[in-house]
Amino acid sequence: MLLKPKTKFDGKVLTVYLSGDIDHHSARKIREYTDALIGEMKPVMLLLDFSAVTFMDSSGVGLIMGRYRIMKLYGGSVRAVSIPPALRKMMELSGLGCLDVLERGYEKNESA
Amino acid sequence: MAALMFLKGVMKKMKVLNEMSMSFESRSANESFARTAVAAFASQLDPTVGELNEIRTAVSEAVTNCVVHAYRDTIGSISVNAKITEGNTLTIKIRDKGCGIEDVSRAMEPLYTTAPEEERAGLGFAVMQSFTDKLSVRSKPGRGTTVTLVKRLSPRLSDV
Ligand SMILES: Nc1ncnc2c1ncn2[C@@H]1O[C@H](COP(=O)(O)OP(=O)(O)OP(=O)(O)O)[C@@H](O)[C@H]1O
Ligand SMILES: [Mg+2]
Repeated sequence: MLLKPKTKFDGKVLTVYLSGDIDHHSARKIREYTDALIGEMKPVMLLLDFSAVTFMDSSGVGLIMGRYRIMKLYGGSVRAVSIPPALRKMMELSGLGCLDVLERGYEKNESA
Repeated sequence: MAALMFLKGVMKKMKVLNEMSMSFESRSANESFARTAVAAFASQLDPTVGELNEIRTAVSEAVTNCVVHAYRDTIGSISVNAKITEGNTLTIKIRDKGCGIEDVSRAMEPLYTTAPEEERAGLGFAVMQSFTDKLSVRSKPGRGTTVTLVKRLSPRLSDV
């Protein structure tokens, strides 16, 4: 990820549009950028939009978990949305479903 | 049947059809280089999009472990070797000469991590295991670690 991710804030929900490959190398920059925005805007919910993500390994799971913890400290929540098919096996394995972080109805699309 | 043929293959020491080796410094920018290079090598087996993604992910996990754990706070050398053998089988070895692992079976437990403060999930080995057909880890504390991944790709029409 060379460019800063696009973001949107409506006063309550902060959306971060992730793109490209998410690995240990790129996760650091995404983390720093996102956490600065969370601190500044104090959103009630953080939406991580994965629609333009081309690859993700367990570093992406750590990235989501870390934001989950931070948002919980603020009394807020995190949702990972628009997860491309290529990332689904990783998301399933991650156990993030149990934290209610994955988009609702996500499992239903599984077999599609 | 396929499993049996695979086993026979392992015992007979399958003939190597193609092989590549590379080594690079344990800089995080090389994580994408390594998984992309191995995927490019694997593509001659005509893998499915899903298989290619699994190979890429498993290699990324192994190489990231060398960067994050083996050479923590230092830069060292990572070697990757990939072999294609009969029966559409890809064997990938990822080797470091870093700190090594004290207790390998414990390290391989899902959610076990020695770097929680760096937002590691402890999932790397679990991912390598479920994205390939075989994972083995050899390690010596103070000497380094070798991770071997075996992936059998679905048979292609041309082989039938
Ligand atoms: N090449 C290595 N050299 C030294 N220690 C390693 C190596 N690979 C793994 N380990 C040890 O094994 C543990 C588990 O590795 P694993 O990849 O499963 O999880 P992680 O790297 O901690 O987290 P994640 O992969 O989810 O980011 C690591 O925390 C580390 O202590
Ligand atoms: Mg790991």
